[in-house]
Amino acid sequence: MHRDGDRYKIFSRRSIVLFGGKTVLLSGLVGRMYYLQIIEGEKYKTLADENRISLKLIAPKRGRILDRFGRPMAVNQQNYRVLLIPENTKDVDFSLMQLGKVIPISSHDVQRVKREIKRRRRFLPVIIRENMVWEDVARIEVNAAEMPGITIDVGETRFYPDGTQAASVLGYVSGVSEKDLTGDPLLELPGFRIGKAGMEKVHDLALRGKSGITQVEVNAFGRQIRELERREGLPGAETWLTIDMELQKFVTKRLGDEAASAVVMDIHTGEVLTLASTPTFDPNAFNRGLSQAEWKALASNPRSPLNNKAIAGQYSPGSTFKMVVALAALEKGVVTANSKFFCTGELELGDSTFHCWERRGHGSMDMLSAITQSCDVYFYEIAKRTGIDRISAMARRLGMGQILDIELAGEKKGLMPTRAWKKKAKRVSWQQGETLLAGIGQGFILTTPLQLAVMTARLANGGKAVKPHLTKQVVPFDVADPVVPEIPEFKSIGIHPPHLNMIKKAMGAVSNSPYGTAYRSRIKEPGFQLAGKTGTVQVRRITKAERETGVKKNKDLEWRERDHALFVGYAPLKNPRYAVSVVVEHGGGGSSIAAPIAKDILMEVQRRDPSRGQSGKAAKSHNFPNSTTVKKG
Amino acid sequence: MALSPFRQSDMSLGQRLWQINWFFVLLVGITASIGFGMLYSAANGNFDPWASRQMIRFAAGLFLMLMVAVIDIHVWLRYAYAIYAVSLALLVVVEFSGSIGMGAQRWIDLGVFTIQPSEMMKISIILLLARYFYAARLEDVGRISHVIVPLILIAVPAFLIMRQPDLGTTILMVTTGIAMLFLAGVRIWVFVTGALATIAAVIPLWNFVLLDYQKQRLLTFLDPEKDPLGAGYHILQSKIALGSGGMFGKGFLEGSQSHLSFLPEKQTDFIFTMMAEEFGLVGGLVLIGLYVMLLIYGFAISLRCRNQFGRLIGMGVTTSFFLNIFVNIAMVMGLLPVVGMPLPLISYGGTAMLTLMFSFGLLLCVYVHRDVQIGPGAADGN
Repeated sequence: MHRDGDRYKIFSRRSIVLFGGKTVLLSGLVGRMYYLQIIEGEKYKTLADENRISLKLIAPKRGRILDRFGRPMAVNQQNYRVLLIPENTKDVDFSLMQLGKVIPISSHDVQRVKREIKRRRRFLPVIIRENMVWEDVARIEVNAAEMPGITIDVGETRFYPDGTQAASVLGYVSGVSEKDLTGDPLLELPGFRIGKAGMEKVHDLALRGKSGITQVEVNAFGRQIRELERREGLPGAETWLTIDMELQKFVTKRLGDEAASAVVMDIHTGEVLTLASTPTFDPNAFNRGLSQAEWKALASNPRSPLNNKAIAGQYSPGSTFKMVVALAALEKGVVTANSKFFCTGELELGDSTFHCWERRGHGSMDMLSAITQSCDVYFYEIAKRTGIDRISAMARRLGMGQILDIELAGEKKGLMPTRAWKKKAKRVSWQQGETLLAGIGQGFILTTPLQLAVMTARLANGGKAVKPHLTKQVVPFDVADPVVPEIPEFKSIGIHPPHLNMIKKAMGAVSNSPYGTAYRSRIKEPGFQLAGKTGTVQVRRITKAERETGVKKNKDLEWRERDHALFVGYAPLKNPRYAVSVVVEHGGGGSSIAAPIAKDILMEVQRRDPSRGQSGKAAKSHNFPNSTTVKKG
Repeated sequence: MALSPFRQSDMSLGQRLWQINWFFVLLVGITASIGFGMLYSAANGNFDPWASRQMIRFAAGLFLMLMVAVIDIHVWLRYAYAIYAVSLALLVVVEFSGSIGMGAQRWIDLGVFTIQPSEMMKISIILLLARYFYAARLEDVGRISHVIVPLILIAVPAFLIMRQPDLGTTILMVTTGIAMLFLAGVRIWVFVTGALATIAAVIPLWNFVLLDYQKQRLLTFLDPEKDPLGAGYHILQSKIALGSGGMFGKGFLEGSQSHLSFLPEKQTDFIFTMMAEEFGLVGGLVLIGLYVMLLIYGFAISLRCRNQFGRLIGMGVTTSFFLNIFVNIAMVMGLLPVVGMPLPLISYGGTAMLTLMFSFGLLLCVYVHRDVQIGPGAADGN
C-alpha cells in the first residue's frame, strides 16, 4: 500500500503535467483556428471564390460497330464545332449576332442555343453548330476578337459510312434529351451522343466507354488557369455484328423504294446476316440533327421508313403459312402425305363460299402438289380437320406468335389465334370459317418477317429451335483476349422427321418443279438451288359482284389496296445453310414480286459464303474475330 | 490474498454493466453522431456510401466497447503479453506477404473482414507497457535496465509499421509509449538524455550524410507550402476551405470548397476541414469541446483508479486518443505535415473506429474495476 502510494504520487503528478501539455497544445489548435477563420477569414473567403478547381470530363471515344468480317459500319470522324460559353460573354445575343455575320446561323439554332443556356450551368459550353467546313472555321478564328464567348473545338462525331443501307440494324446516335439524364455527368457534356435506336441503343453502355477526367484550376471567370491532373478515359467496346455489310447493301438496294423488308439468317447458328427494311433513312442525319422539314418528310411518308418492318411489321403470312398447317395436320394424323382432296376452285361452308386463287380449280391434289401449286381448297380441307388450336401450337413451335429476342427494340409478337384467345379478346366464339382462313395464312394470323425467316430456318435445319441474333461479339477495349460467346446447341422442336422431309420436298418443288409457283425464280446453277414458298396476301375484301365481273388486277388498284407479296425460302436445296424471308408491302404477287428478290438474295449469299469459294476472297482478306463454326447435326 | 472490501473482480455481469460510466458512453455517441452528419454532407447529402455504413460500424464498435468493458480486468492483465505477441506476429506476416505481393500492404484479409495489425499494435503496446510496469517498484523503474526492455518492445513494432509505410501510426504509437514510460516513473534524466541524443544524431546526419535532394524532400515534407503545386496543394486548399468558413460557417451541405470536390479525402483525413467550413469556428469549437470532455473523463478515470495497471491503461488510452485528435487537426490546419491520420469518431473508416472503441472499452473496464487491487502475482493467475 505504501509502495503504491509513492507510485501514485509520481503517476498523478506526471499525469497532471501531461494533461497540462495537452491543454496547451489544444489551445494552440483553437488559436490557429481563430487565426485562420476570424483574423484571416476574409482573405480565405476571397481565395475560395477566386480559386476554384473544376473537374472536366473527357468524352471517351465511342466504340466502333463492325460487320461479321470486321468491315466498319459505324466509326468516328473529326468534327469542328463552334461553341458558346455563356459565362464568357456579357451579352449572348450580341455574340450570336456577331457570329451570324461570319457564318450563317438559322433562327432555329439561335432559339435552341438560348434554350440550352437556360438549362445548363453557365460555364458549360453550348454547341452552336457542328460538322463545319474548314473555311467557316478559319473565318471564325480570324474574327474571334469580336465574338466574346465563342470558341472552336475539335471533337469526334459518329459516322456511318453506308448508314442508309443498314439503318434498321444500326439505329443511330443523337443528342441527350432531358429524359435520358441519369445523373451521369458524362451525359451533360455538350454534344455528347447516345444510342437512340438499333444496335447503337442495344450496346450503348458498352459502346460509350468510360470518361476520363481532367482537373483544371479556373479563376472566377471560368478561364482555365492550368491543368492539374489528367486521367484518360477508356474507349468504348468494339461491337461485331453478325451482319454481312456487303450482303446487307445488296439486299437493301434490291428492295429499292418498295415498302419492304427481308431477313437472311444462318439456319444453324441463328446469325442474322441481313436485316433490311425499306425505304430506309440516313442515320447520319439523326446524329447531325434533323431539320423540321426532314423530320416531317420521314414521319409522314406512307411507307414509314422509321418503322423497322423486318421485326415490327406484322403481316398475314398468306400461303407461306401452309407448311405450318400441313405439319399440324400430319402430326394430328388427319391426313397423310398421300391423302387427296379435289379442288373445284371453291369450297362451301354453311352460307359462305371459300375460293381458291385458281378459279378454275386444281383438280385432285395431294400434299406435295397442294404446296407446290399452293392450292387453297386443299388447305381449307385439312385446316378444318386439324383445328385452329393445333395449327397455332405448331406455329409457335416454329417461332411465330412470340418475341424472338433479337436484341433490337420494337420487336413485335405477331398473333397466333386460338379459341381461348378469341373468347377472351373478342368475347365471341371461334367460327369454323376462321379456321379455314387460317389454313391459308389469313384472317387473324399475324407474323413478322423475322418470324417467317426463323420458321423457314427451323424447317430447313431439321426442326431445331434456332434463335436469331445480331451481336457476334462485344470486344472491350482493355481486354486483350475477349471471350467469344458460344452459340448454344438448339433443342429439337419435336417434329417427326418424315413429316419434315415431306415439307422440304414440297418446298423444293415450289421452285424446281415446272408446276411450282416460283419455278420462274429458280436458281439453275447446280448446288445453289433454292427451296421456298410464295405467299400473296389480300388486303382488301373482294366483293361477290367483283368476283363475277372479274377481279381487278393489282396494277389497276391503288397502292394501298394491292396485295402483299411474300416469299420464304432456303438454300442450298441439299444441305441448306441460309434462310430468307421477303415481304413487299402492296407489292403484288408472291411469285411475281417477292420470289425473284428472294432468289437474288439467296444466290448472292451463297456466292459470298467464304466456305463456298468464288467471291469469298474479298471477305477473307479481312480480319475475322473468330471463324464461324457451324455445327451440322 | 485476503479478501478486501475493495476487491470487486467477482462482480456479476449485471453489476459490471451498472458500473459502466454511461455518461461517457453518451458523449461518445453524441460525437459519433456529429460524424454521421459530416459523412452525410461529404456525400452531398446522401447516407450512401459513407454515413450509413459508418453507423453500422459504430453500432458494432459500441457492442465491442461494452464487451471489453465488462471483461474482468485480470483477464487483460494475464493476456497482455500474449496479445502483444500475436500483434507482433501479424505485423511480421504483413511485412512478409507485403514484400511478396505488390507494394504497401497493411491488411490481412480474413475473407469476412480484414485486420490491420498496426491498429491492433496501438492497443497492444498500451496493454504491454501497463502489464510491464503494473507491479514494478519505483526503485526498479529507476534502473536503466528496466527501461531498455520496453524501449525495444516499442521500437520493434514501430520499425515494422514505419516500413509499411504508415508514419502517422508509428508516431502515435511511439509517443504514447514514451508518455507511458514517463507516467510509470522513469527518471526525467532518461528523457532529457534521449532527446539530446536524438538531436545529436540528427545534426551530423543532416550536415554530412543526406544529399541535397533528400534534404529538399524532407523540407517539403515538413513545410508543404514550399511546394504549392505538389505536396502543399492539398494543405493550401484545406486552409482556404477552413478559413473561408468564418465564425459560423457556410451552413450544412453548403461548403462550396468541400463540395467542389477539390478537398482530398474529405470523408477521412480532411473531414475536420469540411466541418469547419460548414459550421465555422463555432462548429469546430463544439467538436473540440466534446473531445476535451472525453479527455477529462479519461484523465479522471485514470486518477481515480486504485491499481497501477488500470491507471497506466487509462492514461495510455487517453494519450493515444489525444494524439489522434491533435495530429489530425494540426495537419489539416497546416501546422503539421500530412501523415495520414483520421479524426477519431468522425472520419470514415471501420478499422480505426473499432480500434478506438476497443480502447474506450479498456478505459471503461478500468472504470468498472476502479476499486480492484491487483497484487504483484495477479498476472500469473493468483
